[in-house]
Amino acid sequence: MTAPLAGTLQAERVTVVIDGRPLLEAVSLAAAPAEIVGLVGPNGAGKSTLLRTLYRARRPTSGRVLLDGEDIWRMPGRRLARRLAAVLQETPGDFELTVYDVVAMGRTPHKRAFQGDDAADREIIVGSLAELEAAHLVGAPFDRLSGGEKQRVLIARALAQRTGVLVLDEPTNHLDLRHQIDALRLVRRLGVTTVVALHDLNLAASFCDRLHVLNAGRTVVSGPPGDVLTPQLLADVYRVDAEVVEHPRSGHPQITVLPDSNPEKWRADDLDFA
Amino acid sequence: MTGVAEPRLSEGGTTRVTAAPHPRARLPYPLVLALLGALVLVAATAGIAAGSVRISPGQVWGILLHQVHPALADPVWSPVRETIVMDVRLPRVLLCAAVGAGLSVCGMVLQAVVRNPLADPMLLGVSSGAMVGAVLLVVFPVAWFGLFSLPLAAFGGALLALVLVYFLARSGGRMTTVRLVLAGVATAEVLTAVASYLVITSDDPRAAESALRWMLGGLAGTTWTLLWIPAAVVLAGTAALLGLSRPLNLLLAGEEAAAALGLDVHRFRAALFVLVALMIGAIVAVSGSIGFVGLIMPHAVRLLVGADHRRALPAAALLGAGFLIVADLAARTLISPEEIPVGILTALVGGPFFLFLMRRRAAR
Repeated sequence: MTAPLAGTLQAERVTVVIDGRPLLEAVSLAAAPAEIVGLVGPNGAGKSTLLRTLYRARRPTSGRVLLDGEDIWRMPGRRLARRLAAVLQETPGDFELTVYDVVAMGRTPHKRAFQGDDAADREIIVGSLAELEAAHLVGAPFDRLSGGEKQRVLIARALAQRTGVLVLDEPTNHLDLRHQIDALRLVRRLGVTTVVALHDLNLAASFCDRLHVLNAGRTVVSGPPGDVLTPQLLADVYRVDAEVVEHPRSGHPQITVLPDSNPEKWRADDLDFA
Repeated sequence: MTGVAEPRLSEGGTTRVTAAPHPRARLPYPLVLALLGALVLVAATAGIAAGSVRISPGQVWGILLHQVHPALADPVWSPVRETIVMDVRLPRVLLCAAVGAGLSVCGMVLQAVVRNPLADPMLLGVSSGAMVGAVLLVVFPVAWFGLFSLPLAAFGGALLALVLVYFLARSGGRMTTVRLVLAGVATAEVLTAVASYLVITSDDPRAAESALRWMLGGLAGTTWTLLWIPAAVVLAGTAALLGLSRPLNLLLAGEEAAAALGLDVHRFRAALFVLVALMIGAIVAVSGSIGFVGLIMPHAVRLLVGADHRRALPAAALLGAGFLIVADLAARTLISPEEIPVGILTALVGGPFFLFLMRRRAAR
């Protein structure tokens, strides 16, 4: 499999206003070739909204999204989908789709009308599943997979697009610990530019080159995990009292939330226990 | 980096590629198509052979082949029989095939658009919209477009109803099955009431006659002149949809996923609405509202060949054609010499099937 060329993805002062309510206010983010940028922040911070503007599902009210310097909202969707793939929370359901059918969708941007899947496509489809240790599922009905299996199939669909940029919205949701690690390790091994929203800050700290923290639709801070994840930030953004230590073996910052301090600062909707 | 998953690709990847990607026990696709094609031919032969004057299947094919080229069969039949076959039964069977194929294909496309396997042209009010358009034209006759006036009026009504139902079902959030079916049924009721009112207040007795035919759904009295517009529209529409079958698959992934996969969802959906309304308009203008064909056939097809539209659409067209030929055959012969409108038969079969699907979905 030839590795696609990693691209540069930039959001320039992206603002999204829906029904008069600002969901994002002038957020700028840049991912250099092969860089993994983790998007973190509490629920409702605007992570998914920002990702939507990146994979062309929501047009920014103002601001631009640039892929290798080119405005993605000025290029045909198909052309973007050949260079940028997304893994979303949305899953196909209710129809008799097989896993093969779902992953084959990833080949669509590369195909013209009436053009069938050739041997190369089939190899990419099954190969992508194999990367996620899901090749044995190829003929299974997608409906009946477990949440974790579905998630892996959707990641395989994005891989089948063979793009240089990946946008991932909570790709490790539903995955058990080993598959979380495997999925993120795979992303790192692919060497493609990645913007990934993650809930688990420890996981984000171990796998991302840079963390971009959003809160209430604004960028709080952006930088290497060691610089970003401080007790002060966790208190300001997540309203938790936490200790951050450098893990003795991995060298990544590791967060431990101290459960019984400052309970009055906790707000249920800001926390995510999932 | 030596990844955990990497070696697996080189080990099993290439060998598995050549294996069938659909291990779920299914017949090979070409065989399914051949069987469905055979079903259509057998059904058509039976449809032409049966009736008040019985004609043997051999003679049916003799008459047909003789028409293709006189040397292919010797005319050992009476001219009356030839007239029955050529001018009465053949156009009717062909129209059944076109209408059945069109309804089945449109049902499958609508199900993908609304991402709900319980959609059907009649359940979504599209057929009623087409009917109102057609009735309006009969009551207030304008013949700006000659032969095309009726199908065009039906197309306009169908498109309006489709857009109305779609946005009613979507307004204020997610499109659930309940909202979709309620919006469709309510719209259909209102439109049917409008059509009835127009007919009752009209002085033209012909209006009542044709309106009744449209409401019950039937194919009696088909002639060659009725056939060619719906046949051409269904053929062209199905061919166009086949070219769109990859993006149709993307719709099943969901709106955002489809956008991320490069589809301009809004434009594509608008194009599908127009295409489906054109087909339903052309169909309803000649056959009236025949329900549930567009619901049942796609389900059966997905069980046979899966949900990939590249495989499912041709199969749906063939199965729909075969089904409606058989249904019409039953409608003409069950209580002959009387005829049951075929829409009544399909509703008798389809209604319970719909309820069965609802129950199965609720159970999940």
